Amino acid sequence: MTTATWTTEPPVRRGPGSFLAVRDLTVEFTTEDGVVRAVDGLSFDLEKGTTLGIVGESGSGKSVTSLSILGLHDPSTTTITGEIWLEDQELVSADRAVMERLRGNRVAMVFQDPLTALSPYHTVGRQIAETYRRHKGGSKREARERAIEMLKRVGIPQPHLRVDDYPHHFSGGMRQRAMIAMALVCDPDLLIADEPTTALDVTVQAQILDLLKELQQQTGMAVILITHDLGVVANTASEVLVMYAGRAVERGTVREVLREPRHPYTWGLLGSMPSLRSPVDVPLRPVRGTPPSLLAPPPGCPFHPRCDYVDVAGRELCTRERPVLTPETGHADACHLAPEDKRRLAPERRTDRKERA
Amino acid sequence: MLAFLTRRTIGAVITLLIIAAATFFLFFAVPADPARLACGKVCPPELLEQARRNLGLDAPVWEQFVAWLAGLVVGRDYEGLGHCPAPCLGYSFVNREPVLETILDRLPLTLSLTFGAAVFFLLFGVGAGVVAALRRGRPLDKIASVASLIGASVQIYFVGTLAMYFLVYQWQILDRPQYIPLTEDPIGWAYGLLLPWLVLSLIFTANYTRITRSTMVEQLSEDFVRTATAKGLPRRTVVTRFALRGTLIPVVTIFGVDLGSLIGGAIITETTFGLQGIGRLALRAVTDSDLPMLMATVLLAAAAIVVFSIIVDILYAVIDPRVRLS
Ligand SMILES: Nc1ncnc2c1ncn2[C@@H]1O[C@H](COP(=O)(O)OP(=O)(O)OP(=O)(O)O)[C@@H](O)[C@H]1O
Ligand code: SF4
Ligand SMILES: [Mg+2]
Repeated sequence: MTTATWTTEPPVRRGPGSFLAVRDLTVEFTTEDGVVRAVDGLSFDLEKGTTLGIVGESGSGKSVTSLSILGLHDPSTTTITGEIWLEDQELVSADRAVMERLRGNRVAMVFQDPLTALSPYHTVGRQIAETYRRHKGGSKREARERAIEMLKRVGIPQPHLRVDDYPHHFSGGMRQRAMIAMALVCDPDLLIADEPTTALDVTVQAQILDLLKELQQQTGMAVILITHDLGVVANTASEVLVMYAGRAVERGTVREVLREPRHPYTWGLLGSMPSLRSPVDVPLRPVRGTPPSLLAPPPGCPFHPRCDYVDVAGRELCTRERPVLTPETGHADACHLAPEDKRRLAPERRTDRKERA
Repeated sequence: MLAFLTRRTIGAVITLLIIAAATFFLFFAVPADPARLACGKVCPPELLEQARRNLGLDAPVWEQFVAWLAGLVVGRDYEGLGHCPAPCLGYSFVNREPVLETILDRLPLTLSLTFGAAVFFLLFGVGAGVVAALRRGRPLDKIASVASLIGASVQIYFVGTLAMYFLVYQWQILDRPQYIPLTEDPIGWAYGLLLPWLVLSLIFTANYTRITRSTMVEQLSEDFVRTATAKGLPRRTVVTRFALRGTLIPVVTIFGVDLGSLIGGAIITETTFGLQGIGRLALRAVTDSDLPMLMATVLLAAAAIVVFSIIVDILYAVIDPRVRLS
């Protein structure tokens, strides 16, 4: 291609049309033991103003997915393929300058443990103000005012005093509030919250989730909420993506997935919840067996070593052929069971819970 | 902070008192007689007695120690030499010069040597460590680790002597190290001390590179460093303002120790490079049984070590707000 072509006809690419569209995302880490495929052909969409809950056991690739969106993986050990579209911007191939302008500005992140995720060396106010100045400019004074305003918004008492405190002066819940203030200081379009309540006390967890929900309603941003807990999803998300071994095994609206779960793994997750009425969780260890090795995942359906329905769907099929997520849109699952079997075998008690969804 | 300083100062004074007393009494436990040295080769008993009285060695040892201490605090009168105002370190047994003046005369050299070298090895060491951490596993990292291995395994008198031999005498690239006061001629000052600075850096840099690299690698994988990146801060800011901050803590720790040992161990450096600083004074004080000079140099070295350890503790609190001085 000549220079002339470039200048007259800039190569415009258009995304698939959703606000956020992840297409066939695969993330591999090169380790001493071999290549770990932590995310394998993941696709999903997200619209503004909605919340996508990503659930799955530990190690299913939830964090790796979210870090990929912000481009936070170490490029020297990570291979990422596929596409991540944020409106018209593709992020996997974007260069560093583009990503730096995007991070903290259009896309922000709240991490699991606010104690380690906030810098112990800088005041809370400075950490918030710094993000603001980086992206919106303005004087130190203005940024500080903005930081105080944000602290107030996330419910920190006496924000004009607490702004000069260090994170170790804050309680766990307040730290997470500060973290959220920092994430929202530039009014992002997309907020990724990676298990934002796991490190907190049970009573504080609900407060933080309520805060996130409220802030989303105020700002209309899109939210990805990563959690172990389907109870949290039921209360806060509009859509769910269930992940297993780096793949999406079920996807749909909260209503669909909680009312008519189709994948045996989702059944297992739901079965572990004592009651959907309580928003706070017991840790998920629902399904028998352990998550598969990502170095050498089982052939066919990655869930088959732990699945109780292999013989119903056909052992040959489950151990040889990898089920794909179908249909392409709407409520979808990746399981070889026949549709009527999925309906028939879904644990009975699911139905009396639809009210919550 | 004030309470901390008070407490540490009291501790430091006690430490120094113990060191002073130990040095003083040990001096008299050694069979060398300074009066005999002062008196000369052929020394009749009356003259020896006279010399002993002149040097103040006729009183009991503990009385002498008290007199020495009193001189330090309130000053002291000397027969024939007049009043010596506080802080009085006495007069040299050898040339009857006031010790304090001699020390103050030589101190700039030792300080120039130490702090000049410190600037070099801090910059080289921490710089190389940061680069190595950022380019982990790549050629630059490997070069740095080999270089630090070499540096860590050599000694001042070995490299220093080799450097003197080749650079100064054989190839005549540099002049013999010399001390020109900074205020007189800054370029001459730096040029005169360049060789010892480089040799000291070669030896000390290694440690800083190693510690900086390993701590930096840890810090770079900390959550809060990732958060800084996730906020959109440029890589440079993330490295210098976030990752480097925690790296400074171990660096400051060894820096305090190294500075103390450089001043305390100035004998080796100064002897190797033929410079006349505090170290040489100390050495001569020992061979001449020059008690006042010996006390002064030992105390100075001890004070340097004690003071640096207090400064290091203060720096911890400056670097990391979670550290409480108490
Ligand atoms: N940098 C890395 N290098 C090698 N393997 C990695 C790396 N990061 C993650 N992994 C592996 O990828 C897999 C998925 O990890 P991920 O952190 O996404 O899980 P998760 O779903 O977020 O789990 P959790 O609920 O425990 O947070 C894990 O097996 C993990 O060991
Ligand atoms: S495909 Fe087979 S193994 Fe996998 S979840 Fe469905 S029934 Fe179980
Ligand atoms: Mg995670």
